Amino acid sequence: MTKLDAKIPKGPLADKWTTYKATAKLVNPANRKKLDVILVGTGLAGAAAASSLGEMGYNIKAFCFQDTPRRAHSVAAQGGINASKNYKNDGDSDYRLFYDMIKGGDYRAREANVYRAAEVSNATIDQLTAQGVPFAREYGGTLDNRSFGGVQVSRTFYAKGQTGQQCLLGAYSGLSRQVKRGTVTMYPRRDMLDIVIVEGKARGIIVRNLVSGEIERHSAHAVILATGGYGTVYYLSTLAVNSNATAAWSAYKKGAFFANPSFIQIHPTSIPVLNDYQAKLTLMSESLRNDGRIWVPIKQGDKRHANDIPEEERDYYLERRYPAFGNLAPRDVASRAAKERCDAGYGVGETGLAVNLDFKDAIEAQGQAAIEDKYGNLFEMYEKITGLNPYKEPMRIYPAGHYTMGGLWVDYNLMTTIPGLFAIGESNFSDHGANRLGASSLMQCAGDGYFITPYTVSNYLADEIKTPRYSTELPEFDEAEKAVRDKMNKLLAVNGTESATSFHKRLGKILWDYSGMLRNEKSLKKALALVDELKEEFWNKVKIPGVDKEINQELERAGRIADFFEIAKLIIIDGLNRKESCGAHFREENQTEGGEAKRDDKNYAYVAAWEYIGDNKAPKIHKEALNYQFVEVKERSYK
Amino acid sequence: MKITLKIWRQKNAKAKGKFVDYELNEVSTEMSFLEMLDALNEKLIISGGEPIAFEHDCREGICGCCSLYINGQPHGPEEKTTTCELHMRSFKDGSTITIEPFRAKAFPVMKDLIVDRNGFDKIMAAGGFVSIDAGSAQDSNSILIKKKNSDEAFNSATCIGCGACVAACKNASAMLFVSAKVSQFALLEQGKVEAKERVVAMVNKMDDLGFGNCTNTYACEAECPKGISVANIARMNREFLSAKLT
Repeated sequence: MTKLDAKIPKGPLADKWTTYKATAKLVNPANRKKLDVILVGTGLAGAAAASSLGEMGYNIKAFCFQDTPRRAHSVAAQGGINASKNYKNDGDSDYRLFYDMIKGGDYRAREANVYRAAEVSNATIDQLTAQGVPFAREYGGTLDNRSFGGVQVSRTFYAKGQTGQQCLLGAYSGLSRQVKRGTVTMYPRRDMLDIVIVEGKARGIIVRNLVSGEIERHSAHAVILATGGYGTVYYLSTLAVNSNATAAWSAYKKGAFFANPSFIQIHPTSIPVLNDYQAKLTLMSESLRNDGRIWVPIKQGDKRHANDIPEEERDYYLERRYPAFGNLAPRDVASRAAKERCDAGYGVGETGLAVNLDFKDAIEAQGQAAIEDKYGNLFEMYEKITGLNPYKEPMRIYPAGHYTMGGLWVDYNLMTTIPGLFAIGESNFSDHGANRLGASSLMQCAGDGYFITPYTVSNYLADEIKTPRYSTELPEFDEAEKAVRDKMNKLLAVNGTESATSFHKRLGKILWDYSGMLRNEKSLKKALALVDELKEEFWNKVKIPGVDKEINQELERAGRIADFFEIAKLIIIDGLNRKESCGAHFREENQTEGGEAKRDDKNYAYVAAWEYIGDNKAPKIHKEALNYQFVEVKERSYK
Repeated sequence: MKITLKIWRQKNAKAKGKFVDYELNEVSTEMSFLEMLDALNEKLIISGGEPIAFEHDCREGICGCCSLYINGQPHGPEEKTTTCELHMRSFKDGSTITIEPFRAKAFPVMKDLIVDRNGFDKIMAAGGFVSIDAGSAQDSNSILIKKKNSDEAFNSATCIGCGACVAACKNASAMLFVSAKVSQFALLEQGKVEAKERVVAMVNKMDDLGFGNCTNTYACEAECPKGISVANIARMNREFLSAKLT
């Protein structure tokens, strides 16, 4: 069994990163331009890493499937980005931010990585501000903060409900600057389909040029994946419809371990499913819970209009169940509480699968202008989609698949089990345990890109300065390209009768019903059988029009869905293995009397890292023990 | 409801395109415009046809990927709405809808409704940034900025880079796009050091790429899904002039 070594520096928690930086190997500036780094994915993490490494002088080749980096799904993050600045003087610190994340993640994240994420958060805010990101300000000219779920301080920096857009555009502008300098070459409209390993190290990638359809080979001294999460496996999710797991999955199949795949966050406040045609769900930022109050009628099946239900007939169930955190209970808790009320028959709207998010009190207290200033674009977005005006009546919301805490296993260097292959941002597993707290995703992505990879990637490249540029004519490239072509040809050859999307919809429903907000042994086993069946049907019936040597969006889609079937199985297998509830992973067999998640620290205080050992073989589990040295492991309570 | 679609089909960048008619009989008013196209594509795929190629990603009006020239308007008939946010309730039963790609010399058609908007990236790389290396930033609150300026910079910065302004303009000018970025930085202390070089470099690049001139018709502002104001163009002109004079 490969031993999982997280390579965590010794010493006190607060000194680890300082120690690492002081002792990490460096690359002389004159040598950097001889070293090539491939970056796949140019969202916030990828663009930040590309620009930082470019600034240092490395030769960066950056790839994305979109037409431009500015479209990456980081753009859709709404509510904010955390930092432990303590500008509000309300008791924040690196340790507090670290502690909130460890507790929020239900004690399933790695202490050292989380502390470092908190530690670099302040430099990240400074960097983004200096780049011209227009964060919200107070009248005195200083930056403003707001609060987010699962915490009791105000540490969230924001730009209305478009914080992700503004952070991404900041990182993209930094990337553009390096494009001008010639340190970064952009390869847009490329789908990464495989990773190339030479003598045990990541040395290149195989991509499909989405315009010409050509299969291209690219080599480098190191490869960084910043390819996001796999939440679109549910089909309906808050993610962009083209977000996919193919790059990360190809790394898994080449030997990178995949950690905690079943840890998938279901976000509590999304616009509910409105009809059968829907291609995605739209998030309403968690920040709305600063001012919005969540309720359902006290009477079951009360079909009156929300505005006609008097105050005393409303059940503010989050405030009732979690008085200390109220409407700002963490996401997993808030999602399950909404599902519980709806399943019990108290849901609102035509389908009964929705709860009210009401701004009446906030508008009365602060005035409509103040609410507009904070959330204007979200209210507009809601009205455009639903045709209802949230200034006049409560929003209707329901949980939706959102963020994947699981991802490629990485050590403290953010390096996967394949030497020279790094994974940053949402594509790795390391910072959010079993549940991510709001506004910590932008924080992690930017921190990984701007302030962590420059050190850890340099540390790796220091031993590569004598390695010449790799030829893409090596047999390893031939093999990888052949595998990619074989899979593509196999897909095209099916020539069946049903669209790829129709299979994706069905796959998503299986996962949502049997491996969603609640799971149990029986439902997971059922899901596994159903996924196998559907996968078989997919490979016999999928229809892909057109050919490979052209823009072919159906071919792109089908390839991604083929991988979703495989990752779906790993999600379920991981869920079956973990016979405890923790964070977003709620096994119905393991709950407290009050219906809260019940962990089993004795048997499951570990990261489950899965190794691929063949298409028709059960993956092999490796366990990284989580020995908490700096926090006391407790029951996670928000009451 | 029933609708007739007249859609521009073009096999690739070099091929000659043409309009093709399609009938859809079961369109729900609740569908978004792109979900309606999804439904058409589903029908085309199953019946052995070629689905219509169009770009889309976030489907919530923020990534700027979706485009489409719908009945003569970029992003269709609703104000301040991207194509992906547009819903079929904005159209009447029995109507005919014409869908074309964005038309501009600087946005060549790649296939069907997909155009190449890479020119925007080139303009950004010419100067759409503040030169600050990671590690050299000062504490955020040591730069004080009036809330009014910061809010205005934010309004300019909300541009999603979709290119509707170019498609709406009879001259295919990119002035609204470029001026929004120039204004964002011009309004903030952080952007002032390089303000002159930036505006000159971005405007020159825009001209090189074949985008047209601004003749003040304000069609760009009217069609911008994010409501970016033409006041940005006036600010950019002032910035450009003062950069040239000094």
